[in-house]
Amino acid sequence: MIRTKVRDASDKQPAISRYRSRHVLSDAALKRLFLWPTLALLISINIFPLFYSLYLSFTTYSAIANQPPVWVGLQNYRDILNDSQLWIYFRNTGRFVLLTVSLQTIIGFGLALLLREKFRASGVITTLILIPMMLSPVVVGLFWKLIFDPSYGIFNYLLGYPAGRGPEWLASKELALWAVVIVDVWMWSPFVMLLCLAGLSAIPDYLYEAAEIDRASSLYQFWRITLPQVAPLLLIAVLFRTIEAFKTFDLVMGLTGGGPGDATELVAVNLYRLAFLGQWNTGKASALAYIVLVIIIAVSNIYIKYLNRIKEG
Amino acid sequence: MPKVEHQGRARAVKTVRVTLAIALCIIYLIPVLWMLSTAFKPREAIVAVPPKITFNPTMEGFVSLFTKRSTLTRMQMEQYQQRTDLSWWDKVALERGLAIIGPSQYVDRVKNSLIIAGISTIAAVTLGLLSAYAFSRFRVRAQADWLFFILSTRMLPPVVVTIPIFLMYRQLGLFDTHIGLILLYTAFNLSLSVWLLKGFVDEIPREYEEAALVDGYSRWQAFRKIVLPQSVTGIAATAVFSLIFAWNEYAFALMLTSDRARTAPPSIPSVVGTAGREWAATAAGSLLFLIPVVIVAFAVRKYLLRGITFGAIRQ
Repeated sequence: MIRTKVRDASDKQPAISRYRSRHVLSDAALKRLFLWPTLALLISINIFPLFYSLYLSFTTYSAIANQPPVWVGLQNYRDILNDSQLWIYFRNTGRFVLLTVSLQTIIGFGLALLLREKFRASGVITTLILIPMMLSPVVVGLFWKLIFDPSYGIFNYLLGYPAGRGPEWLASKELALWAVVIVDVWMWSPFVMLLCLAGLSAIPDYLYEAAEIDRASSLYQFWRITLPQVAPLLLIAVLFRTIEAFKTFDLVMGLTGGGPGDATELVAVNLYRLAFLGQWNTGKASALAYIVLVIIIAVSNIYIKYLNRIKEG
Repeated sequence: MPKVEHQGRARAVKTVRVTLAIALCIIYLIPVLWMLSTAFKPREAIVAVPPKITFNPTMEGFVSLFTKRSTLTRMQMEQYQQRTDLSWWDKVALERGLAIIGPSQYVDRVKNSLIIAGISTIAAVTLGLLSAYAFSRFRVRAQADWLFFILSTRMLPPVVVTIPIFLMYRQLGLFDTHIGLILLYTAFNLSLSVWLLKGFVDEIPREYEEAALVDGYSRWQAFRKIVLPQSVTGIAATAVFSLIFAWNEYAFALMLTSDRARTAPPSIPSVVGTAGREWAATAAGSLLFLIPVVIVAFAVRKYLLRGITFGAIRQ
């Protein structure tokens, strides 16, 4: 199809060369023209702000006060590291990330094993399970509020509690974080599943056939063939999910708003509060933002290194 | 005969597996189905104990989502009931003793969402395609570094970037404007769009363009007449992922808009009526907001994996 198109064009060559002589653009110029709008936008929207907030993190400044930033050196960082309240938020976040990522990994992998071999409805089921992932987290959080409602919510009802007697998921300090975890796992297990399915479908059949000939048990096949073969993709999924879980903001805002008390106050939520509500502590918030940024970069790097080692080994 | 026994066992395992998969799928979708049904429930059915599965569907939720209403006194109500020019939505409101006095803010919010998500998607895909082509076909100095830099911009937590952007936007007069959010969403989607489209452009054989160049096409013509039509699928898939991101985005919209340019996600939580939260309206709003996403996601399900891994994994 393409070839004929090209040949057609060559018939009209005189017209084209006239066109060409007027608008002559060298490859180098075209390359610059194609690249620079993108890079300029990214530099002005992403890089410049990062330097700006690095500067702000060393100052005392409030965006709503009419005073210029005052340089205070490392004071903000010192305050944050000595703030026992903030450590609670970091601990909440750590617990949340650990729980949600490990549950997603187990459930996602399990779902992938179930849907691995095709059956008549498997395509439809796979697509349907992917729906939650596409939804807006804040809307999902808000809606689960109704589902978790202790008197007329469907969650406790399906668990078999009589109306009004079940646990109050969103009002209890112990359960609220679990509620956020449940919703997050519901939303994102399909993501892990999708990646695992890709990994599973790439395992060559002869590995299993050889194991079958050797009369290897299915458990042995799972440990020695399935798991190692899926591991690289599983790790990519875990990497993505860890980074994303660390950034969780929308879901919590929709579901609990950080409450009750500070039971579900994650670092990202607190960062928002610090920067845009109450005192508008812009300087301190910038410092906290930088700490979060460093943690995210560190986590990404650990995983990427691990991933590369697996690929090589 | 061990062979037959083996087959029988395999069939049993398969039956269990299929049943389990279908059961899990149904459990998985309960929240979505619940949202679907809540949107059509009358108020009493929503707060019924125990939860009701069957109910008389009503459009009450949708009406209260889209309209501003005022309570009628008994006299006004009688007057109202005699009128014959009432539309169906007026009648739905009337049953609750309310009169519709205008469209709600939600209409404007969805309009903003459409404008901002639409334009930013077009911009991100256009710029992304141009740079993807440049990265794919030309030798770019420090190419790997640039590509890594582009990807890394996506890893930044929105809350971290918003503080300086807020100050910058306030200075430039971009706070609470459509163009401000469009620029931001374009920038954030560019990482995805460059990576995804580079994968698609890489798959188009260079020979096509080379043949065209020999035949007298300019680079630009070769790009427009050969690469562009060949990457339509990639463009469509990329556009859908960008659209979903921009459509669902909450954090930036919450912090960088207040009224004029506010999109739907930060405003759905504030759909509150006179009698506390109107769950039917909330569900209706969520539903209408989610339907487009589900439809487009369904359309590109083949490329889903590629989209969520930034083109790293192809299937």
